[in-house]
Amino acid sequence: MKTCLVVDDSSVIRKVARRILEGLEFEIVEAEDGEQALDACRRQLPEAILLDWNMPKMDGYEFLRSLRRLPGGDGPKVVFCTTENDVAHIARALHAGANEYIMKPFDKEIVEAKFQEVGLI
Amino acid sequence: MTPQDFDYLRALLKERSGLVLAADKQYLAESRLLPIARRHNVSNLGELVTKLRDRGAEPLATSVVEAMTTNESFFFRDKIPFDYFRDVIVPDLILHHHRRHRIRIWCTAAATGQEPYSLAMILRDLVDKMPGWRFDILATDLSGEVLGKAKSGIYSQFEVQRGLPIQQLVKSFTQAGEQWQIKPEIRQMVSFRQLNLLHDFSHLGFFDVVFCRNVLIYFDQATKADVLKRLAQVIEPTGYLVLGAAETVVGLTDAFKPHNQHRGLYVPNAGKEPTDAPPKPAAGTVVKFAGVRR
Repeated sequence: MKTCLVVDDSSVIRKVARRILEGLEFEIVEAEDGEQALDACRRQLPEAILLDWNMPKMDGYEFLRSLRRLPGGDGPKVVFCTTENDVAHIARALHAGANEYIMKPFDKEIVEAKFQEVGLI
Repeated sequence: MTPQDFDYLRALLKERSGLVLAADKQYLAESRLLPIARRHNVSNLGELVTKLRDRGAEPLATSVVEAMTTNESFFFRDKIPFDYFRDVIVPDLILHHHRRHRIRIWCTAAATGQEPYSLAMILRDLVDKMPGWRFDILATDLSGEVLGKAKSGIYSQFEVQRGLPIQQLVKSFTQAGEQWQIKPEIRQMVSFRQLNLLHDFSHLGFFDVVFCRNVLIYFDQATKADVLKRLAQVIEPTGYLVLGAAETVVGLTDAFKPHNQHRGLYVPNAGKEPTDAPPKPAAGTVVKFAGVRR
């Protein structure tokens, strides 16, 4: 079973994402911000990361840049999932190494389509 | 709605669009037509049918047919037909039409435009690499209303997230608030026209590729056979017909045969050599794009 790290400071969003991704047969690990997510990745790299942008302590963009510098950090497929829905943010995310980008609000179909797009399912 | 009302509705849909609405699909009629009923100030489908029976109810009949025949669409739907288009069909046509330098494509049920624009996005990547080539896409639909949206090329955030890779979104669309519009250079590759497939379409000319996905499933056998027969008359001998995953030509026409490698692709059965076929390469010559067996 593949593991997906869900990184979002909203417990509601994490719960919604968990339900969707468990339905797609992922094992879920949760983090509330970039720092917690980076700690989790140092312990064990997941196959997938669903990543919010705006979070306290360390935001999603900084987390992604740090992740990609970790040994093996280029492995996880990172799908941003954020309300930052403008082209400039999308371009920055892609430049930093994001694999896909979900603009909130989202639903199961969108998550499934994006995970398929990057070969996670 | 009485059984007689439902029968009247089914007959109207069959006559106007070819759509065969099964006897157990009354729920579908109710879910799609109640909003139309409200818009025309009637409270239920029985009253709506009464209005339809009145002479001079033409705009209402059009709305009813369009509501029943319009289906949800999204970019690169089902993915595989688009992979075949990019990796099999287009290379094969470029090989065959090296003198003509033009490829014509027809999307027979374009709905809100996602299918033709998906094809245009694939072809757009080729335009710069194939100078002098022209790729024309004709997109038709029974419904004028959906074509209006298709022509605008404007889609919601929700619509652009279904099937469209983010790189393609950034490359091919411009953002306008919460909406996204296909860039003009891609929009201009597609022309839109309202058309009922039950009527003669020979005036459209000849095509190298016809996408007719998830259309035939709504027709009865005789209508399917008739549409396929007429499609065969407008597809070039070197051309392709692309049907939906649940559709086939088998048992309906001998004018097409299934492609021997790729499910969902059909080729004309006549097997006539194209008039501008390229010279055969000398033995041992490597031909780019070769290897397509029909």
